[in-house]
Amino acid sequence: HKYLFIFTEEINFTAILTSPSISPLRHSPWGKKMAARIHGGAGAGAATALSTFNPKKLVAPSRTNLPAARSSKRCIVAAAGSDASKSLRVGHSQKLIANAAVATKAETSATTGTGHELLLFEALQEGLEEEMDRDPHVCVMGEDVGHYGGSYKVTKGLADKFGDLRVLDTPICENAFTGMGIGAAMTGLRPVIEGMNMGFLLLAFNQISNNCGMLHYTSGGQFTIPVVIRGPGGVGRQLGAEHSQRLESYFQSIPGIQMVACSTPYNAKGLMKAAIRSENPVILFEHVLLYNLKEKIPDEEYICNLEEAEMVRPGEHITILTYSRMRYHVMQAAKTLVNKGYDPEVIDIRSLKPFDLYTIGNSVKKTHRVLIVEECMRTGGIGASLTAAINENFHDYLDAPVMCLSSQDVPTPYAGTLEEWTVVQPAQIVTAVEQLCQ
Amino acid sequence: LTPKKETFQTKSENGVITTLSPIHHRFTSLPPPLRFDRPNPDHNRNGRPFHRPPMRRSLTLRGDLIPGDPLLLPRMEIAANSLYKSKLIRGFCHLYDGQEALAVGMEAGITKEDAIITSYRDHCTFLGRGGELVDAFSELMGRMRGCSNGKGGSMHFYKKDASFYGGHGIVGAQIPLGCGLAFAQKYSKEENVSFVLYGDGAANQGQLFEALNIAALWDLPAILVCENNHYGMGTATWRPAKSPAYFKRGDYVPGLKVDGMDVLAVKQACKFAKEHALKNGPIFLLIGKTQTPNKTIVIIMDTYRYHGHSMSDPGSTYRTRDEVSGVRQVRDPIERVRKLLLSHDIATEKELKDIEKEVRKEVDDAVAQAKESPVPEPSELFTNMYVKDCGVESFGADRKELKVTLA
Repeated sequence: HKYLFIFTEEINFTAILTSPSISPLRHSPWGKKMAARIHGGAGAGAATALSTFNPKKLVAPSRTNLPAARSSKRCIVAAAGSDASKSLRVGHSQKLIANAAVATKAETSATTGTGHELLLFEALQEGLEEEMDRDPHVCVMGEDVGHYGGSYKVTKGLADKFGDLRVLDTPICENAFTGMGIGAAMTGLRPVIEGMNMGFLLLAFNQISNNCGMLHYTSGGQFTIPVVIRGPGGVGRQLGAEHSQRLESYFQSIPGIQMVACSTPYNAKGLMKAAIRSENPVILFEHVLLYNLKEKIPDEEYICNLEEAEMVRPGEHITILTYSRMRYHVMQAAKTLVNKGYDPEVIDIRSLKPFDLYTIGNSVKKTHRVLIVEECMRTGGIGASLTAAINENFHDYLDAPVMCLSSQDVPTPYAGTLEEWTVVQPAQIVTAVEQLCQ
Repeated sequence: LTPKKETFQTKSENGVITTLSPIHHRFTSLPPPLRFDRPNPDHNRNGRPFHRPPMRRSLTLRGDLIPGDPLLLPRMEIAANSLYKSKLIRGFCHLYDGQEALAVGMEAGITKEDAIITSYRDHCTFLGRGGELVDAFSELMGRMRGCSNGKGGSMHFYKKDASFYGGHGIVGAQIPLGCGLAFAQKYSKEENVSFVLYGDGAANQGQLFEALNIAALWDLPAILVCENNHYGMGTATWRPAKSPAYFKRGDYVPGLKVDGMDVLAVKQACKFAKEHALKNGPIFLLIGKTQTPNKTIVIIMDTYRYHGHSMSDPGSTYRTRDEVSGVRQVRDPIERVRKLLLSHDIATEKELKDIEKEVRKEVDDAVAQAKESPVPEPSELFTNMYVKDCGVESFGADRKELKVTLA
């Protein structure tokens, strides 16, 4: 199981830069975000503001009576202080035009200096470290998390700081150490259990399903299991079938757990902190290829809402729902789509269980077309459940059938070309959007 | 492998000769009752005296028995038996009678802060930890009054305030949980131990050895107790296990073998194990010794269940009735205690009979009370899914009729 990954591959954002030839209307909030990511400008403000996109101001209340208390669980956003970020919250198309003019300026105007730039795994580490500082009950257990520093460096330096009792190197026995984490959680500790690769957690499926998910229920509420089970999954760079598994589809029907998938350094840190603070068992899905993403995140403490989806790019024509690595494929496809004249609305659903049907519903009501892009298998994946949920709840608002692009139902092959064909590529997303928008 | 066909006879103290069945091939005889002056078999002794062996002399009977009634437990199990047959208890019901000495003796040797976690045969352990009879019967019958609000059932009794962590249906899954409890005790620097109970069937699970390794490695105050009732459902221990001496499987972890039908032996063993575990690490409660003292310890309790594995198992397809009644005559734990009480003049026959009557009445009252307690409300279906509302909605079968936000 032991391997050290050094990823030199970064998602290439330079191709998505705002260019003068593209209409500012199409590009403003999103382009600003992309530009900010590269220039490290006031991107923090843009990125965070986008995630607090308030759908309530945009459309009528949704059909399903979701509790109003959700509004109290907004993201804690670091005050970037720029006008642009505040006006982005409204998201009205006319205001977007105004922002466009500001967008190109914001990157050049000096950064407010309220953020710091780091890679995704560093963001996870920061979140973990802050929570361990804050609460002495938080401990980390996993293979090679201690002295080795974590196979993806997420727990680097923590063992030196917190000691061997709080950052525990376990032997290779997923079943046992997951069970131990759950047993410890029954008494009040808050373990963060790391699977070196999500695929290895299949060995701990019994513990996760029966004990982690069900104990709160079968004990009549006597025990809470505030564990966080995290690890990288997804298709990497030719890692082979067994190390490229997407476990979100297997875990999604376990009652009693919550699942979230992070995709940017900002939401990685926020979700990690929220997951640790949550009283429910949370499974945090990271992706092997996203660990080296760089972004500027706020200095101030913030957490992300576990059940909320993130509006990546508001649009009018079609809703594209995605999560984790596919977000970047979608954004790449979005650039092409924008060139062709489409205006996709991209939502990173983030919360895989439960789905944020509030944000998704509002988007569907606006655009009337849905495309789901995911990395799970076709059969029984997250997209399959999401398709069912959208069809059941928002059927009357749809002008076209919900389309779902997912990975092929095959074990991930080793050969690079075959592996490329297994997952959804931007070209396929463009084709699908064109097809849906006819 | 052709088993040897021998017949074995034992003679009990009151002169009854029992012939054990030929089915019982590998067991040359059931282990004789432990007497106070006889040494226990050691493991890894290496010719050296046992490191502070458990005290076997000067066991006073008065006040050594737990405040609760050991007579209560078999009475409860028999009541559960009849309730199951009258279909008030459904599903699985695993009965503990025959093994009461274990629950009682363990309670006598430890405190309420020490954690116990066990498998699905948990009724008596729950009662031993201070659980109410009414709660137990209500849970068995699926009523609101039950210890898990009726949502757990026979296999999911829990009592958090008494550090009783259940109650688990999957064989062996509680072993890592129990080591986690011990880890939490070590983390919080409490001077308590965790007793992790499992059966002879679970002794062949991989998770046992995984958890044992971690417990010994991290020096956790875990005591792994194998309740060896000689049958893993229908399979006698010598059939699935190459080495039925489960206490020797610890290797680097000391193991202690105890006669689980002798309540005082169990009590002493648990006391000893607790002291050892706090100082030296894990121990298998099936007595033994190692050179480098570890905290973890493994204990094997040699015990026996009279009923089948569960209510759906008659218990007679893999053993004969003679064997069961033989054990009952020779090694019954309650009988043994009764004889000790009578022979040492601590109680008279009449007093014991009165206690029995009281117990019977108590159990009948509890059953009646439980029968009358209400069934859970439909809204209870959705409570205790998540600790804090996370907005998850749940629907009825047609997605329209019942809609609730999971709490």
